[in-house]
Amino acid sequence: MAIKVLHHGLATTVQDLGRPGYFHLGIPLGGAMDRYAMRAANLLVGNDEGAAGLEAVFLGPKLEFTEDATVAVTGADMPVKVDGVEQPGWTAFAVRAGQTLTFDFLKSGARIYIAVAGGIDVPLALGSRSTYPIGALGGYKGRPLAAGDELPVGAANGSGEGRSVAEPLRRLPAAPVALRVLPGLYWDRLSDEAKRSFFADEWKVAPEADRMGYRFRGGTKLSFVDREQPFGAGSDPSNIVDSCYPYGSIQVPGGTEPIILHRDAVSGGGYFMLGTVISADMDLIGQMQPHTPTRFVEVTMDEALAARAEENDRLEALRTSLR
Amino acid sequence: MPTRYTFGGDEHLFVECSDEMSLEAFFKSLSMANGVKESGIKGITEICPANASFQIKFDPDQIKPDDVLKEVRAIEGAAERAEPVIRTRIVEIPVFYNDPWTHETLMRFRERHQEPSGTDLDYATRINGYGDVDDFVAAHSGSPWFVSMVGFVAGLPFMYQMVERQRQIQVPKYLRPRTDTPRLTVGHGGCFGCIYSVRGAGGYQMFGITPMPIFDPTQTTSYLRDFMVFFRPGDIVKFKPIDRDAYDQAVEDVDKGRFSPPVREVSFDLREFQKDITGYNTRLEGMINGH
Repeated sequence: MAIKVLHHGLATTVQDLGRPGYFHLGIPLGGAMDRYAMRAANLLVGNDEGAAGLEAVFLGPKLEFTEDATVAVTGADMPVKVDGVEQPGWTAFAVRAGQTLTFDFLKSGARIYIAVAGGIDVPLALGSRSTYPIGALGGYKGRPLAAGDELPVGAANGSGEGRSVAEPLRRLPAAPVALRVLPGLYWDRLSDEAKRSFFADEWKVAPEADRMGYRFRGGTKLSFVDREQPFGAGSDPSNIVDSCYPYGSIQVPGGTEPIILHRDAVSGGGYFMLGTVISADMDLIGQMQPHTPTRFVEVTMDEALAARAEENDRLEALRTSLR
Repeated sequence: MPTRYTFGGDEHLFVECSDEMSLEAFFKSLSMANGVKESGIKGITEICPANASFQIKFDPDQIKPDDVLKEVRAIEGAAERAEPVIRTRIVEIPVFYNDPWTHETLMRFRERHQEPSGTDLDYATRINGYGDVDDFVAAHSGSPWFVSMVGFVAGLPFMYQMVERQRQIQVPKYLRPRTDTPRLTVGHGGCFGCIYSVRGAGGYQMFGITPMPIFDPTQTTSYLRDFMVFFRPGDIVKFKPIDRDAYDQAVEDVDKGRFSPPVREVSFDLREFQKDITGYNTRLEGMINGH
């Protein structure tokens, strides 16, 4: 059983839940930007949550199936069609041998997740099937898909056709988006005025927003507390001695444009970070389009943990509903 | 400064041993990172050592952030009392300085450079007070370097020169980063050297290129079959200048599976090193040659 790629969309990659354990060597976690949507797609077609599927951003691919399959599409609102007939999102449906899967234009969100019963069966690389293009590692030949590729599919665990995720369990960001941030790391490099304006201003997602990081524009330039730069840090006040970067950390090179590092993050570098987006909101970033108005909301660690517990509850409810 | 602890969201603890770079700060952070690894604290999923700091990733569903903090703090005292001695490797890396590939690239991005009229080597030579490029290359390849961090992208080593601070090579990064850097470029930014493990964007000044792959996701390079990343934090590197013929020969040897980098196990003692830096480095170099 295989899937033929007739058109690759904009950037479509094989992803699963990632490749933990190698960040200390510069190899990032990777995996679905919106992990919840990826898990939901897999559960719908009877796969393990960590099976490999496809992540497509802004434009859907065009895929031909060589054999019958059960498929589900979750994440962004982008109508999916089988031989031209629209299928419901967040729902498992059948595709027959010879049929073609296509997509209409994106309505909201940014990334869709396509799960196929049996999972995309590319070889494991360091324990994961996720694509890490910079390292030419994992996925389909270490790169995004291209027309002509043939994706192997594993053995299905049984059919889940007709199963659907209930409306309240589907998650997409509302606009304007509020991203919750725990200040920390090099937060105290900022002047009092910058600490205030960062949270008060409205920012917008810049066109430079990808799996590595999301850049933002439109807020006031951040100013720094004066200091003599430490040895090895570099001369700009936004420079530090190169350190590790947490996933979700927010760096602001030169104080102008905040960048939130995401699943394919660089593991370290020489820019100060003012804090970190909490784990509960990381999936939402993966569904943000360029120009989306965004506010950063300051939270405490207790609030971050409460938000995480809420997301865990939502995931449990999803699992229960699809059991 | 005292060690600083701060959380990176609800999944990371960030530990800064010093805000400035030094071998002491590097040793303390590596020693603490190793201590955390050995302690096997439940719920810690990744430990990433950096130059003068390190980062821990944990699962807050398994361990409360405050408990991670408490357990890691308890390790700090032991790390401070630990002997500043590590067992590590010294490896010799051949470098073709002033090569045609980095030269072509630096010419292409000249308008992003501080001194568009010369090369990166000319610029580094001048601002570090060397008479000519040969003197600069002699200094760059004349002392060993510590791999103080592996990362940014897959397998890229940050290297800290093992000389007195006043002798350390320092250069600013490009005014604006390049969108291209040849794979295996030997670069320098601030006080850190690096080897670009893959082709891609970069802001470090470019001095040369090595024929020796340091990251191979296909794991077909003879010495990368066991693991695709060559470097580990704590490795000691010595550069060896080579010419075009030696470079071409090494590239062919790599392709045919005949290249094996000279590597020796060594013990490094920070206190002995600081008593006599030049003498200690000479002994380290001797070990590469089997003395």
